[in-house]
Amino acid sequence: MWLPSYATPSERLMRTLVMAFVIAVLLFLVAPLFIIVPLSFSKDPFFTLPVKEYSLRWYADFFGNARWMNAIFNSAVAAVMTTILATTLGTLAALGISRPNFPARRLIMALLISPMIVPIVIVAVGSYLFFGQFGLTNTRTGLVLAHTALATPFVVITVTATLSTYDTNLTRAALSLGASPSSAFFRVTLPNIMPGVISGAIFAFATSFDEVVVALFMTAAEQRTLPVQMFSGIRDQINPTIMAAATLLLALSIVLFAMLALLTPRRVK
Amino acid sequence: MAVADMDRINVFMAVRRAEKPARRAALSLALPLIVFLVVAFVAPILYLLVTAVGNPETRQVLPRTLGALETWDGVSVPDEPVYAALAADLKVAKDNSTAALLGKRLNYEISGMRSRVLAAARMVERLDTGPYKQKFLELNKDWGSPESWAIIKRNGTSLTPYYLLTALDLQQAPNGSVERVQGDQAIFLDVLARTLFVAGLVTLFTLILGYPVAYVLTIAPKAIAGIMMLMVLLPLWTSLLVRTTAWVVLLQSDGVINDVLMALHLTSDRLQLIFTRAGTVIAMTHIQLPFTILPIYSVMRSIPATQLRAARSLGAPPSSAFWRIYAPQTLPGVVAGCLMTFILSLGYYITPALVGGPRDQMVSNFISVYINRDLNWGLAAALGVVLLVVTLAIYLLFLRLVGADKIKLG
Repeated sequence: MWLPSYATPSERLMRTLVMAFVIAVLLFLVAPLFIIVPLSFSKDPFFTLPVKEYSLRWYADFFGNARWMNAIFNSAVAAVMTTILATTLGTLAALGISRPNFPARRLIMALLISPMIVPIVIVAVGSYLFFGQFGLTNTRTGLVLAHTALATPFVVITVTATLSTYDTNLTRAALSLGASPSSAFFRVTLPNIMPGVISGAIFAFATSFDEVVVALFMTAAEQRTLPVQMFSGIRDQINPTIMAAATLLLALSIVLFAMLALLTPRRVK
Repeated sequence: MAVADMDRINVFMAVRRAEKPARRAALSLALPLIVFLVVAFVAPILYLLVTAVGNPETRQVLPRTLGALETWDGVSVPDEPVYAALAADLKVAKDNSTAALLGKRLNYEISGMRSRVLAAARMVERLDTGPYKQKFLELNKDWGSPESWAIIKRNGTSLTPYYLLTALDLQQAPNGSVERVQGDQAIFLDVLARTLFVAGLVTLFTLILGYPVAYVLTIAPKAIAGIMMLMVLLPLWTSLLVRTTAWVVLLQSDGVINDVLMALHLTSDRLQLIFTRAGTVIAMTHIQLPFTILPIYSVMRSIPATQLRAARSLGAPPSSAFWRIYAPQTLPGVVAGCLMTFILSLGYYITPALVGGPRDQMVSNFISVYINRDLNWGLAAALGVVLLVVTLAIYLLFLRLVGADKIKLG
């Protein structure tokens, strides 16, 4: 398989073994994700396969339950607000960093990326104690501020990557032809880097929408988000309604992932 | 210095001056985010550090007592003025309901102190005049213990090493010397070691599973590589909670994995997989695998395929061509992927909480317990500091070896 013609028999055997191993690993990666889908359509409240009888009762339960609906609403609002804030701040910063004469680039880049590195519990506990001083725990504002900090590195990374292939002469040409700096940005630069900005926005949305730990600390019952609701559900008594919620989240992930793949067709090389 | 050198320096300085507005403009674009992160990210973490060494309780509740203790010799039983000051402080504390706060704080270092303080606060409410010393000693003879007084005096400082020491299984004896905590109180080094061990194990497994995948990704024809890449990226893109949920379901004793093992007659009894360390490591390996694969793949892609062919044509057997020509060149990717996975694994909370048992909880879980259940914020913050220091040390290593600009998304 994909071996040169001079390959020895032992090499061929080795290659076959490697291939079998890689296929097994890829199945290990993907299969667990899809195991929850049939279970969520099962009529029985057990987690065994094969499913004997299919039904939509857990979805009916999910959509008929005010707690789950409220959680979806809270997650969506927080995620949209986070996306707007993080995309704006992150794109501006990426524009600055990508300029050739940006000072102390390595240091500042390390700071901007650090929310990805610092253990999430530390962000959660720090936010809980610090924002508590200003009465921002158990508010949506506090949650959005913390989520925005977590989401900005993704925007910075995607937009910086896009800008590295952007020809800055285009902006300069616009300026020399008499465009004001703002119209040069909005009509020349921004449309050109839009795929990167939108990818960053999708990452920011997903970061906030999926985030559990900070939300656990920063929300009360009123602002409880979907992942928190799921987490408490699994912890107390795992039931198939959670499978329905997980399946819907998986579907959302696939949709967002497909959008991302369409935006950057060269991602897979 | 030669004139030419001076000229060169002058030109260099002039260029720097001329570029200053441009540097400032570039920085000003990044400034909103920098300021935002300082306020919403750096400040909370600094606040956490302060909480780990903060010691407000004794100073707030016992100001007079601490004043009276200043002249105390540290070995004998204190005299009446100290007890009178304590009575006055506790009267105020009773009115402000801060006695419980003090009792809780001192109880960390002197067991039984919570009830002693509360009982004393109730007692002084009924007392109008002294002498107080006799009354305190009658209430509880431990009020005459010089060790207790030494610890109270020690906590008159605004900063305390207590929480950080506790997080490292150390304690301060009444005489001030630092010693190792003995017996079942010494849990935190064990938790830290467990966290490092699990993170190491997960890193090793992701490397073993991920390296061949990254390699095959580079040699597969485009269409197949595309599908493979999709299979690597999709889990990365799926919510962590969904992936953990899947493992909770799979690992149940009547779950799918046990069904398969039984059907294959690999085991006759259902295995306990959920709430075990093995289950935790399996689930974490699954979640971290893409983080290890992607950096290795991006390095492997830049290695020309002709090198292996050249090695073979020069007479190297397949295995030594691979191990001596190819593998060493993939090392930067291996380092980047493994460090990334190790760093992220250190901070796991959700997966051990849902898949692991009580003996598999990592540092993050203990932090959460001390915040939410025990309300011991100082200790939670101190454990956070320990976790943060370990993580940042490895992050610095990562920056040194790999660089922040090498972090890519998919």
